[in-house]
Amino acid sequence: MPDTGLDTDLENAEQVVIGNGIGARVRRKEDKRFLTGKGRYADDINRPGQTHAYFVRSQVAHADIKNLDTSAAEKAEGVIAVLTGADVAADELGGLPCGWGIMGKNDVPMHEPPHPILAIGTVRHVGDPIAVVIAETKKQAKAAAQLIDVTLEEKPAVANIRAALADGAPLVHDGAPGNVAFDWEIGDRAAMEEAFANAAHVAEIDIDNNRLIPNAIEPRVAVAEFDTGTGDYTLFVTSQNPHVHRLLIAAFVLHIPEEKFRVVAPDVGGGFGSKIFPYPEESVVTWAAAKLGRPVKWTAERSESFMTDAHGRDHVSHAELALDKDGKFLALKVSTLANLGGYVSAFGGAVPTFLYAPLLAGTYTTPAIYCEVKGVFTHTVPVDAYRGAGRPEATYLLERLVDRAARETGLSQVDIRRKNFIQPDAFPYQTPVASCYDSGDYEATLSSALKKADVDGFEKRKADAALRGKKRGLGFSTYLEACGVAPSAVAGQLGARAGLYESAVVRVHPTGGVTVFTGTHSHGQSHETTFAQLVNDRLGVGLEHIEVVHGDTARIQFGMGTYGSRSLAVGGEALIRAMDKVIEKGKKIAAHLMEASENDIEFEGGSFKVTGTDKETPFGAVAFAAYVPHNYPLETLEPGLEETAFFDPLNFTFPGGCHICEVEVDPATGVTEVVNFTAVDDVGRVINPMIVEGQVHGGVTQGIGQALLEGCVYDDNGQLLTGSYMDYTMPRADNVPSYNVGTELTLCAHNTLGVKGVGEVGAIGSPPAVINAIVDALSDLGVTDVSMPATSQNVWRAIQAAGGAK
Amino acid sequence: MSFAYHKAASVNDAASQAGGDAALLAGGMTLLPAIKLGLSDPRRLVDLADLGELRGITRDGDTLTIGSMTRHADVAASAEVQGAIPALAKLAGGIGDAQVRHRGTIGGSIANNDPAADYPAACLGLGATIVTTSREIAADDFFTGLFETALEEGEIITSVRFPVPEKAAYEKFVQPASRFALVGVFAAQGPAGTRVAVTGAGLSGVYRASDMEAALESDFSADAIDGITVPEDNMAADIHAAADYRAHLVKVIAGRAIAAAAG
Amino acid sequence: MTEVTMTVNGKSVTADVEPDTLLADFIRQNLSLTGTHVGCDTSQCGACCVLVDGDSMKSCTMLAVQADGAEITTIEGLATNGTFHPMQQAFHDNHALQCGFCTPGMLISAIDLATKNPDISESEIRHGLEGNLCRCTGYHNIVKAVKAGADAMRG
Repeated sequence: MPDTGLDTDLENAEQVVIGNGIGARVRRKEDKRFLTGKGRYADDINRPGQTHAYFVRSQVAHADIKNLDTSAAEKAEGVIAVLTGADVAADELGGLPCGWGIMGKNDVPMHEPPHPILAIGTVRHVGDPIAVVIAETKKQAKAAAQLIDVTLEEKPAVANIRAALADGAPLVHDGAPGNVAFDWEIGDRAAMEEAFANAAHVAEIDIDNNRLIPNAIEPRVAVAEFDTGTGDYTLFVTSQNPHVHRLLIAAFVLHIPEEKFRVVAPDVGGGFGSKIFPYPEESVVTWAAAKLGRPVKWTAERSESFMTDAHGRDHVSHAELALDKDGKFLALKVSTLANLGGYVSAFGGAVPTFLYAPLLAGTYTTPAIYCEVKGVFTHTVPVDAYRGAGRPEATYLLERLVDRAARETGLSQVDIRRKNFIQPDAFPYQTPVASCYDSGDYEATLSSALKKADVDGFEKRKADAALRGKKRGLGFSTYLEACGVAPSAVAGQLGARAGLYESAVVRVHPTGGVTVFTGTHSHGQSHETTFAQLVNDRLGVGLEHIEVVHGDTARIQFGMGTYGSRSLAVGGEALIRAMDKVIEKGKKIAAHLMEASENDIEFEGGSFKVTGTDKETPFGAVAFAAYVPHNYPLETLEPGLEETAFFDPLNFTFPGGCHICEVEVDPATGVTEVVNFTAVDDVGRVINPMIVEGQVHGGVTQGIGQALLEGCVYDDNGQLLTGSYMDYTMPRADNVPSYNVGTELTLCAHNTLGVKGVGEVGAIGSPPAVINAIVDALSDLGVTDVSMPATSQNVWRAIQAAGGAK
Repeated sequence: MSFAYHKAASVNDAASQAGGDAALLAGGMTLLPAIKLGLSDPRRLVDLADLGELRGITRDGDTLTIGSMTRHADVAASAEVQGAIPALAKLAGGIGDAQVRHRGTIGGSIANNDPAADYPAACLGLGATIVTTSREIAADDFFTGLFETALEEGEIITSVRFPVPEKAAYEKFVQPASRFALVGVFAAQGPAGTRVAVTGAGLSGVYRASDMEAALESDFSADAIDGITVPEDNMAADIHAAADYRAHLVKVIAGRAIAAAAG
Repeated sequence: MTEVTMTVNGKSVTADVEPDTLLADFIRQNLSLTGTHVGCDTSQCGACCVLVDGDSMKSCTMLAVQADGAEITTIEGLATNGTFHPMQQAFHDNHALQCGFCTPGMLISAIDLATKNPDISESEIRHGLEGNLCRCTGYHNIVKAVKAGADAMRG
């Protein structure tokens, strides 16, 4: 592989921010513990008297449980208990809830079948838990599990969307005829049809979005304990949102008082969506801990992760784009089938609908858009949010279709996009699919990326590659996404069953130090640094005196956690507002201390100043006065300096940008190498460029992974063929190049910071750029489509189908 | 997973302990994962780690001898190997990942005869002799099927002797997830004749592509195999490569190995 | 039970272990050195890498009894007197970690690579890290850090 050079543009940026505030490239506060082995992940937690759980899982995709004899296992050495679906039923536990309802066409609501935490009567995917053995050691639990006598009457299964929708297909749930959970639509069908009738050209595409397995490197873990004296439950769990886990498990599954239930998400080794949702194991160990009066620990083996963590993507779509004679988009029509798996996971219904179709306008002015989506049950692991969640599916479909339209109309990939971009002066821009964009400048990100990717030099590089027997191609994606999840009122109208605000508490200590309590959760996103920079910027407190606390319902007021690139846009804004309250109160204290009018106090550079004088009181002195109120306006003001803010955004945020991928394909083998990848993103204001770049690098790698390497495969019987790293291809260091990343910013119009979010842009924008590049590389061989993942075999087949390498 | 462990004090000790419900433990890079996943369940492990006499690399004229407990990393880094058979050093340096190469051994790899392992291709491609505690076995007779060899119960590989070839090269096309060989071709010409050994692809494990060898006898060049069709019916098939694609790759990779060997 | 003695991070430890105890479990549970992580069961992810007699190895694919007599270095043994190892410093300076879970194994592999190949190239780093998966960073900053760390180790 060529050494592509390691420097990125951001690192060479001329503008260097001095200090530790907004815009500074601050090294991370959280690094030290991770670099020295002192991180505290859930599997590092052991409780006195702890027992170990091992789950017996279905080895088949669909079966009725005819007999379940646990007696031999119960007598095995070290075994404390064996629990099954019968115990779940006897204790009248609830099933795992769905957090978002979908109202389909003709007001038919989504079918939401029960999802018991241990199977009752029927198993619906390989990995579905049937029983749990709890023993003194994990080895004993695992050995005893072999003694459980399960008789499964295997039934025909449907392992993919097409099989599930076939005539006479076996049903996953009796209440969902045809295996359809919902049939939903958005947009003005009549307007769309009228526009198509007047089209000069229609580009069409049949497109699958490959199913992915999230694969955070830390497997899921749950350690639960119950205090028999107080009745308090504690659950340490790999979660992106401990309050959400607490609420859903307490209220819907175990029916225990929320106030008696503490959920701790300690250091979490990556989430990518997969650690949002409540899973059976977490409820089971919490329930068992109380039943047995002893702590219960479960750590997933990686093979269990493959067959139980919610998978991502898995769409089958057909789309058509109507263009006028000049290449202006007139209308878009999309029909999508989305695999939900064997049960509706927490956000399984929302991802392929509200997180998908409202993105179909992309960065373009397409006036009429209609989209219909069927959610389909299959005998596979439930499908839910995975980095990007719905938006990568929309982006992939749209950007592949635009690429094809350009090829069919003879327009260049750049021209067709420029012709159809929403212009910078058009904001706020109301799309025909509900989204209303607040800001953006798509030409700016495009032209910056064109320069950065040296598109002008491409033809020469292509010719050089040809001399080496390689086909070189260039692919574009001028994407847009919606994040900053979410405006509660809007989400509620769309079916969300929870608010999606965020909270922050700013506790100023008497010595002037600050602790921030945030309801968001960092599992790699670097909140401890980024949020500290916000505090440093606004209050002038040194980073070394700022602590950011997250991940513990006993310490954090409330919060909805981290997903949908929401932490900064929603949680950061809550923090800003809490700090503004601190400043407001501080002004009152300072006014008293300096015997000035409150209206004359301004806060600047970490100090309260009396306007027009040289009188000032530093922030620390005000903090001290608040807690040692010897000289304090106690008649009108409470002592102490701690403020809380909840923030609920008015709109989603809409990051966007341009990704350009350059590949070389070996036509003899079909092997594709990404040789250059350029990403210029508009993520709103950047708090820490180093961290933003890191998020883009990681997201792009997951996008390249989806495009080239990763694909979950079930056989027709529902057996998982990609059940380990021996068969599921994870991107490794030598699969990807060093990246060329940059930003072109517009500010979000509806939060103080102007931030938009960066967690998902890489995974959303990149896959179509990669595939478009392969299509470009092979276009002279007659190849017009390559499916994801573009493995060497798939690419070779595409070449063969087009007539073979010339 | 529950077994007794014995660290062999001598080759004889190991041989006397081997067989039955015992498994020999060399580097453990295949055995231990298999035990962990429940695919193998030996009652006793006989560890060969202390047997220094099974380690080492020597060259005697046109013969390179590698002790069975020599690690892949040591073969890859050996000046002796690099000088005598650079293709073998390269092959060893491409097995698994760095951590596998730090523990995995040539003897363990050959005895396991994984159909996607690299070393069997080298043994077959170079016409090696596998030396055991009881006899010498020609590579041509050693690899008898998937995970099967000519080794008798209790027989332990002590070394592998490679005749130094005039030209040799190994090309590997990796299965993208596991990084084992999807197709690996070792092409060589030397004292053992003209040989093309293919690993990863064959339905019954490593094999010699006799039609290619015949074509190369008179003209050792990639062009010489142009007219050869690799039949699909001998090819393994999985989600990474169907039989037709594997057959295609065998020819492409063989061509590259031959070209590299021809220099 | 079998008695094993090994040197871990410079300290001699002796313990009785079951023969089937994995080195990773021995390190995490018997020695409470939880910095070594376990991320898979097929020897692929590399989160469990430790140095055994100077070579990086996957401690999930080694028995504790196999490490009898060995010198082991884990993530906890890299810093000296509170000062980062140059590779730790390079990871910090280059933002080569996000969630931190793969970091211990990644650092161990990086140190092994840089020790054996002090003037290592980007391509050699990328290939050399093929036994370590990272899902967060996209490897870009890890590769940069390994290069910087190797330079710093050379002095």
